[in-house]
Amino acid sequence: MTKGVLALILAGGQGTRLGVLSESLAKPAVPFGGKYRIIDFALSNCVNSGIYKVGVLTQYKPHVLNAHIGIGRPWDLDRKGGGVTILQPYTFETGNVWFRGTADAISQNRDFVDSHNPKYVVVLSGDHIYAMDYMDMLEYHISVRAQATVACMNVPLTETHRFGIMVTNLEKRINEFQEKPRSAKGTLASLGIYIFNWDYLRDLLMDDEENQESSHDFGKDIIPKIVQNPDDRLFAYEFEGFWRDVGTIQSYWEANIELTHPIPQLNLYNPNWRFFTRTPEMPPAFFGENAVVVNSLASEGSEIYGVVEDSIIFQGTYIAPNAVIRNSILLTGTQVHEGAQLDHVITAEDVIIGEKAHLGFGEWAQNTYDPKVYDSDITVIGYQAQIPSAAKIGKNCVVHSNVNHDDFEDLELKSGKSILHKKEA
Amino acid sequence: MRMKVLGIIFAGGRGETLDLLTTKRASAAVPIAGKYRAIDFTLSNMVHSGLIKMGVLTQYSPRSLFDHLGAGKEWDLDRKHGGLMLLQPYIGADTQLWYQGTADAIYKNITFLRRSDEDYVLIGSGDHIYTFNFAQMFSYHFAKGADITFLYKELNDSYNPSEYGIIQTGEDGRIVDFVEKPKKPMGTKGFMGVYFINKHLLMDLLYHSMPHGQNFDLLLDVLLPNLQRLRFFAYEYKGYWRNIKKGIREYYRTNMDLLDSRIRKELFYSDVTIHTKLKDLPPPKCTNTAFIKNSIISDGCVISGRVLNSIVSRGVRVKSGASVENSILMQDSVVEEGAQIKFSILDKETLVRNEKRVIGRPEDLMVYEKGSVI
Repeated sequence: MTKGVLALILAGGQGTRLGVLSESLAKPAVPFGGKYRIIDFALSNCVNSGIYKVGVLTQYKPHVLNAHIGIGRPWDLDRKGGGVTILQPYTFETGNVWFRGTADAISQNRDFVDSHNPKYVVVLSGDHIYAMDYMDMLEYHISVRAQATVACMNVPLTETHRFGIMVTNLEKRINEFQEKPRSAKGTLASLGIYIFNWDYLRDLLMDDEENQESSHDFGKDIIPKIVQNPDDRLFAYEFEGFWRDVGTIQSYWEANIELTHPIPQLNLYNPNWRFFTRTPEMPPAFFGENAVVVNSLASEGSEIYGVVEDSIIFQGTYIAPNAVIRNSILLTGTQVHEGAQLDHVITAEDVIIGEKAHLGFGEWAQNTYDPKVYDSDITVIGYQAQIPSAAKIGKNCVVHSNVNHDDFEDLELKSGKSILHKKEA
Repeated sequence: MRMKVLGIIFAGGRGETLDLLTTKRASAAVPIAGKYRAIDFTLSNMVHSGLIKMGVLTQYSPRSLFDHLGAGKEWDLDRKHGGLMLLQPYIGADTQLWYQGTADAIYKNITFLRRSDEDYVLIGSGDHIYTFNFAQMFSYHFAKGADITFLYKELNDSYNPSEYGIIQTGEDGRIVDFVEKPKKPMGTKGFMGVYFINKHLLMDLLYHSMPHGQNFDLLLDVLLPNLQRLRFFAYEYKGYWRNIKKGIREYYRTNMDLLDSRIRKELFYSDVTIHTKLKDLPPPKCTNTAFIKNSIISDGCVISGRVLNSIVSRGVRVKSGASVENSILMQDSVVEEGAQIKFSILDKETLVRNEKRVIGRPEDLMVYEKGSVI
């Protein structure tokens, strides 16, 4: 059954609300869960569901993502007849345009999809963390003779304003779509996971392409258009598992830290539903003589001599004696030197924290750099930034990528403040 | 200089000294350092030195080794030119026997030598733990115009010279004498079982001695009788090196050495990356009740108990209230609530039931076979 199925993963998003974490790479390439990148979940779900034909649509800063996916070897997607194909915007006879939206991205790659001649296409977002068997959804799609199926999850009525809400009849056929409604008529929120009959979607995309008023987006244009046409069979598929959009710093932090809970909803350890990734090869984690590590994940290549509580430690991380890490996420290659204290901090890759630095102290204050992005307790340190010894950094701060000692005019950075690297400022 | 060198790794021996750890696998396939197998080191060393064609000679219980090596993908040896060749004894028109010794093993696969266009052969053993780039040794072999170059190490007090082959050299580095496991002390230059030899010379020597031979050891019966006639040279290796085949104690010690950060750095963070078969397991999880000191914890573990001075392989569970000290736990072992383990080696998939005690002593380690239930 899986032979006629092609998955298309939308991975071109910038993820603006992850701030410095997704500044230099596409959101699907942002590291997650100690050793993974966000797109690993969609890719692994595909192969675990038996789908071995996958197209990944990229646009925004794709280098890290491209290197990560490569020819798809970690996911067994280096195959004859199928496998993974990276679909990047390209030029053609009549000019060149970027992907104008998620629907346009697929529309511009119609030839690619046609070449695989699929009966069904599964359209996924590369931004979400979840475990889902797409074959269950496809069985449902076929059994109700749908032309399009949207995976949905019941959300609390108080949360409906954050989602696209599908209003259905008793058969779960969708007859109304409300985008982030103030007063919702239902609680089924779209998860951005769609199955279409390809010949049906193909026609929709070609119509949409000509429409000057369309923003060429699945959620904003394609789904509302299907809903308008009462003859089209659009169904909701109710999904009752773990699903997270890690679109904001707060939700990114929460989804990571959830993994340290006693029995997290997302089971990384399930031998029948494994998540695959490409990682540097490193020896196992080492815990030193005075290390205290509780409620935490500590990945390969990390060397821990200090205290780590309720945190996620990525690969190749060094934590010196007397350093104290709490409620934090340290991405690959972070070095924390002696006596440093971190609480509610996310450090991007290859960050160096100097001796006795104290991050996440004091009272919360509104961020002055970009309060839309930075609106939590969490202080974020950008890629390759260096925090000088004895520096004090408050809550809800942002230290941008490549900041070094010269950029610190004062060793104290109050809550809500930010530091830019001088070359960029 | 690209090394046109063919690699040959001996991985067919059981390593009887490793006792229960090798009842179901060759010593080259013994798990070590949490996520590796012994052969990973020699294989990775060769790959990083620029070798692209390698034969692995197998014989004793090779299934686990085959499973581990596969097509050589993890070592970038799944390739059109060269790549990994597993050389297992076979039945042919004129051969019915197992390999009689190392020389016989190569002789039976001499087509492998003849068909390759490499001019040199690098011979290594699958059960040695070290990290080394052979490029300089090869240059030395070349510069000296040597027929054969041995790699040796100055043995310090932690080695017993009477368990190793000891070489004596002249001033120019030429080997003047070699004694295998000398009873009387004759120096501390311990031969590491690794050597370069010119391919055609090796083939000549094998053709000359094998058809009529009675003894089949490559080193002792084929090469060393020519010590005076051929140019044997010695190249010193200065880093960390252990041969786990020397016994359970040596195996235990090699694992425990990895708790020393200098040795860990040397083995794993030099320019040679040690590759192994990937398992795609999540990072280890330390729960609320975990207490871990001076230990190595691999991916896929969930630790809720006490772990001290130990090496814990992938996918191990140490449950709350359990205690593991000075021990090696191999893949997927489970230590249930309240169990106690000291100075022990638990092979893969061992289950220690709750409240059970497995207490060894430093000089008398407890060893449990794969799949034991205690």
